[in-house]
Amino acid sequence: MDRSIRAHTALSATVLLALAACSTGGGSGEESEQEPATGDGAATSEPAGGTAEAGGEVVLVTHDSFTLPDELIEGFSQQTGYELTVQTVGDAGALVNQLVLTQDSPIGDVAFGVDNTFASRAANEGVFAPYSPELPEGAEQHALAGEGAEVLTPVDFGDVCVNIDDTWFAEEGIDPPATLQDLTDPTYDGLFVTPGASTSSPGLAFLLATIGEFGEDGWQDYWRELMANGTKVTSGWTDAYTVDFTAGGGDGDRPIVLSYASSPPFTIPEDGGEPTTSALLETCFRQVEYAGVLEGAANPEGGQALVDYLLTDEVQAAIPNAMYVFPVAEDVELPEVWSRWAKVAEDPITVDPDEVEANREEWVREWADIATG
Amino acid sequence: MLRPAPLSRRSHITPTGLGLVLLALLPLAFLVVFFALPVGGMLLRGLRPEGTWDLSAVPEVLGRARTLRVVIFTVSMAGAGTVLSLLLGVPLAHVLYRLAFPGRGLVRAVVVMPFVLPTVVVGVMFRSLLAPSGLLGWLGLDGHWVVILAAFVFFNLAVVVRTVGGMWEGLDRRAEESAAALGARPWQVWRTVTLPALAPALISAGTLVFLFCSTAFGVVLTLGGLRYGTVETEIYLLTTQFLDLQGAAVLSLLQLGAVVMMLAVAARTRTRREQALQRGGARSAPRPVRRSDLPVLLVAGAVVALVLLPVSSLVVRSLQAGGGWSLRHYTALADPDASQALRVSVTTAMENSLRTAVDATVIAMVLGVSVAVLVSRRPRRAGARRLVALLDGAFMLPLGISAVTVGFGFLITLDRPPLDLRTSPVLVPIAQAMVALPLVVRTLAPVLRSVDPRLRQAAAALGANPLRAAWTVEAPVLVRPLLAATGFAFAVSLGEFGATAFLARPDRPTVPVVIYELISRPGADNLGMALAAATLLSLVTVTVMGLVERLRVHAVGAF
Repeated sequence: MDRSIRAHTALSATVLLALAACSTGGGSGEESEQEPATGDGAATSEPAGGTAEAGGEVVLVTHDSFTLPDELIEGFSQQTGYELTVQTVGDAGALVNQLVLTQDSPIGDVAFGVDNTFASRAANEGVFAPYSPELPEGAEQHALAGEGAEVLTPVDFGDVCVNIDDTWFAEEGIDPPATLQDLTDPTYDGLFVTPGASTSSPGLAFLLATIGEFGEDGWQDYWRELMANGTKVTSGWTDAYTVDFTAGGGDGDRPIVLSYASSPPFTIPEDGGEPTTSALLETCFRQVEYAGVLEGAANPEGGQALVDYLLTDEVQAAIPNAMYVFPVAEDVELPEVWSRWAKVAEDPITVDPDEVEANREEWVREWADIATG
Repeated sequence: MLRPAPLSRRSHITPTGLGLVLLALLPLAFLVVFFALPVGGMLLRGLRPEGTWDLSAVPEVLGRARTLRVVIFTVSMAGAGTVLSLLLGVPLAHVLYRLAFPGRGLVRAVVVMPFVLPTVVVGVMFRSLLAPSGLLGWLGLDGHWVVILAAFVFFNLAVVVRTVGGMWEGLDRRAEESAAALGARPWQVWRTVTLPALAPALISAGTLVFLFCSTAFGVVLTLGGLRYGTVETEIYLLTTQFLDLQGAAVLSLLQLGAVVMMLAVAARTRTRREQALQRGGARSAPRPVRRSDLPVLLVAGAVVALVLLPVSSLVVRSLQAGGGWSLRHYTALADPDASQALRVSVTTAMENSLRTAVDATVIAMVLGVSVAVLVSRRPRRAGARRLVALLDGAFMLPLGISAVTVGFGFLITLDRPPLDLRTSPVLVPIAQAMVALPLVVRTLAPVLRSVDPRLRQAAAALGANPLRAAWTVEAPVLVRPLLAATGFAFAVSLGEFGATAFLARPDRPTVPVVIYELISRPGADNLGMALAAATLLSLVTVTVMGLVERLRVHAVGAF
């Protein structure tokens, strides 16, 4: 028995040693040796990189779709001397609610990714501290009205629009739809799929588009007609686009889908040519994403430097490829496929952010009764 | 430190008792800091918003017709999912742990694959099969609740097969053989000998599956096309979209109450069924397949087919690119610039995943073994017995409470020194360990409870101290379940998404997080890579679990 215990102890010891060699702790050490300047480890007590004497760490709180190339994240510390740490916290709605909940001891210095459907909630709750930097050319049109403008700075925008599979319509010999009203036409019975407003951020944008288009008292009837015309509601954008849409990578059976104005370039065939899909620019709702310095931030100056940095030409130019949305700065050059194929709505549908804030819950509940009941 | 236990049963706290109390401290501290505190914080925010109690929402929320509907749907779906998983999982466990046939290890591995697949991937695969244009489109089941049920079984089969199988494979065959020799028909043998012996494991597995099903979230929304709401989806909606913390708190309390009730019933049923079991080393070895096994083999085959269909369609699609077969999506996994959606390559994410999983597994096993030892003791005094039962239930709670509540609770309670952990990377393995912990406990506890306490007493009478007695008597039977639990904890950590996505730093994402990022962007290549990454994740998990189980060969030989 003694021997067996020793054998077992030896085995356990070996396993433990092996484990110790490959835990998170081991990884963090190696990684910071390899790339000392990525800002990795700034949240821990590791000494910051050589450029940090200007002011330590800036923590950016954002949603999970946020990405920027590593060069730009390093570029921030090179230009300003602050180390940038990014903290992601769920989707855009969850982001705002977390900011509201943690406003007594904020989790970072700057928040990015609050959009115009949630901006009023954040501004009214006093989550942000006043800071309004000089905006680049063209960004002014995206700024919030009223008090919101003093705390939130527009960084990018994207149009949520109905997309169609042009190839499908050409093959079937059917004229494609062009407007929201067209979608209730029996010609398009059973052809449209959209993510739901209660679980999807583009889904909510589409609901707002219909509210903006048909009015606070008219959208319910529109949605009843839409549902009667065989519209399918999915929980998220992913399964609407990749499962049900005919041109989204799966083999779906619905040639009309709710997506973004920036989606068509992704359907350019491998051998080049034109995208096989297009966005209906009369159906678009514009989502603008804002950044702001958080009230009670540990490093407000660093936070302001980061908001400024997000508006620089280099970050603005990187936004389309990194986050699939348009920069607010007009004179920044877009990637070539974007300037050719990703169109922006000239006259997007809008709903006043204060209205959205006041009615969101009621609208979404009403919508759920009609569309998913 | 520990002395031989005195034989007197009157002393209040024996050294053994003291040892057990010490053993309880660490797991309890974890439970309080990483579960009770965050959940309590969220409940208080909801019910005591401005420092004064405001319970006006309670009757209002409970009175809504919608609440009743949602509760009924949640409970009945979770119940049906549990029963179905057990009905289908037990024959499979029999085949995989009691019969010897070539390829058994492979089938065991396949059954585990779904367990780590991210919900969003499973949603896409199920819907691709069931959408009108899919292979099974003719069934017309897209968006039907039956599909949600099928997904519950798909995910949880591994829980049943492994929990029950682990118990079953250690059972001595002689009791069954004696019954058969005495003229019992196979059905009678099963009902009077096997089933009672397995009952604690069945109840353990059922409890876990029920908790998993009742807090399932992504599957319900994706496969039900938003038509069905559960308590969990309502809490998510109220918390993340409407910031209606009052409503969310009321529903969380409701959830808590239901889970506590379910655990109490399960514990009661389990305790009545527990018995000391004969375990035979060589006599528990699996036997060759016989002709009379055909019915059970057929059921098991059908169940494996249910698992294989979505899994193989996932693999097939991950191997297709540009209209033909290609490994392109797999080679892209190593390339950090393969997709604009990602900051790191998928292989780097895999490294992060594995490192985190090692940490999470160590935490879960240390805590899990302590808890399992604790809850398998049966003190003589009724008060102490109740305390043990209470502990047992407490460590199951994290599975039954909304991840959204816990996650938001982290942010508002762990926000001040010395516990300002909100942005700390250690939260990720800890959160994963909290999910794995109940699985570890439920794998180990039934086995420990089935050890005849008289064996321990005999060892003590022969002069062994409590630690030594426990080691000599319990360690040998525990080796297999311990390895199984380790593998399971590792798999849970590798596949965990909800808490990880909430807490992981974007420069160090895990594979499920990366998959989610890829699949949320347009582009056939992003989708292809996501599917390839999901396949890779599944294969890595299965391989690691296979390796862990192989360790047993040497370990068992030592005893």
